[in-house]
Amino acid sequence: MNEAIVMNEHIVSVRQLGKSFGANRVLQGIDMDVQPSQVIVVIGPSGSGKSTFLRCLNGLETAEEGTVRICGHALVEHGKMIDESGLNRVRRDVGMVFQSFNLFPHLNVLHNIMLAPRSLARLSVDEAESQARALLAKVGLAHKADVFPGTLSGGQKQRVAIARALAMRPQVMLFDEPTSALDPELVGEVLQVMQTLASEGMTMLIVTHEMNFARDVADTVVVMDHGKVIEAGPPAQIFSSPQEARTRSFLQAVLSRESIL
Amino acid sequence: MTLDFSPAWAGWQDLATGAATTVEVTACSLVLGCVLGLLVGIGRLAPQRRITFGICTAYLTFIRGTPLLVQLFILFFGLPQFGIILPAFACGVLGLGVYSGAYVSEIVRGSIQSVDRGQMEAARSLGMPYRMAMRKVILPQAFVRMIPPLGNEFIALIKNSALVSLLTIDDLMHEGEKIISVSYRSLEVYIVIAFIYLILTSATSLVLRRTEKALRADGRV
Repeated sequence: MNEAIVMNEHIVSVRQLGKSFGANRVLQGIDMDVQPSQVIVVIGPSGSGKSTFLRCLNGLETAEEGTVRICGHALVEHGKMIDESGLNRVRRDVGMVFQSFNLFPHLNVLHNIMLAPRSLARLSVDEAESQARALLAKVGLAHKADVFPGTLSGGQKQRVAIARALAMRPQVMLFDEPTSALDPELVGEVLQVMQTLASEGMTMLIVTHEMNFARDVADTVVVMDHGKVIEAGPPAQIFSSPQEARTRSFLQAVLSRESIL
Repeated sequence: MTLDFSPAWAGWQDLATGAATTVEVTACSLVLGCVLGLLVGIGRLAPQRRITFGICTAYLTFIRGTPLLVQLFILFFGLPQFGIILPAFACGVLGLGVYSGAYVSEIVRGSIQSVDRGQMEAARSLGMPYRMAMRKVILPQAFVRMIPPLGNEFIALIKNSALVSLLTIDDLMHEGEKIISVSYRSLEVYIVIAFIYLILTSATSLVLRRTEKALRADGRV
């Protein structure tokens, strides 16, 4: 395999991505390139369009302008979305973790993880189950295979949700505020799983308010405001010498809150 | 004036077969109603599919806006004009089933919409097509929520089934009227019939309550 070429190829490539909700232009021409194994953390004030941007990358939101290429698929081509069957293929390659976990409450933990691989990747029961158990062990929840999601803590739910997304063997993982719905003492266990994933070379795009995590794990921090990328760069640069006044005031507000905690 | 229940007691065998027919008609219509209700309910979830949505809405409007008795008479007395002669039992089941399907469809639609939006998003984000996500993720959750309102609908169906006696079907109501026609003991026979209907409806609601409780047992839904 010619690794140099693979490394130079962008696994995610976004050009002039735009979207409106009614009169509100939530995304106003986003550009972004992500290389394989890169960890991108997107930060910014609420309402800046971070989540919408992330949801455009797996078609949960319909982009209206621009182009999105992801994992070799032309998801959006000049404002036109790929067709439905194409969209389903894209989503197999792009895992997503939600703020509210969204585990399937009628299935136990094991079957939450097995459902998609069984139905879509046509894995046999044995294959799917051994994969699911391995993923559960990876997120530290091997002993919870047979319980229902309702009995888990928030942190455990989110770790199962990560395992569920990984079960489709995605090339890119999207995290939409994965720790925002958690009690403070449960945030660490989820971040730790994400950090492991990053160190294993998973390509990740993460919307989060966890600034320490961004500093430690991100390759690039992207700051969004009013539907635009106002600044992007390595965490050291963004956190210690931000160029934009808006970045400074946002970081000031967030970091002062963290120092109080 | 004295009450004389002896004609009703003497006819208990006829009343029992009538009750069995009532259960049979209701059960068959129930199956038809649920199948129709599921299809129409899902059909009305997507207004952007105009033709499906339009047909489903038209069906719903007509069925809910006209009396069940008129619908039954159209099937039984109206269709023969076009040479379509269905057996009375088929007319009864068809009429009741189509009627209850309209109400079931609204129950189905409401229950599906009550499932958190994130469930569909999670299923779709894993790459599942819409129908698969509906079948494997949304419907199993919606189903449990359908049980209480479906129970009410089933009970309404049992009671409404008395109308099929007018289509010459020998259901509980019809058997009772046959006894009245020879004994003239209307009040007593109707009281007995009412009581039998009450047993049928109470048993139904008991079974449904048990089912719901069992399904909710481990706090899954």
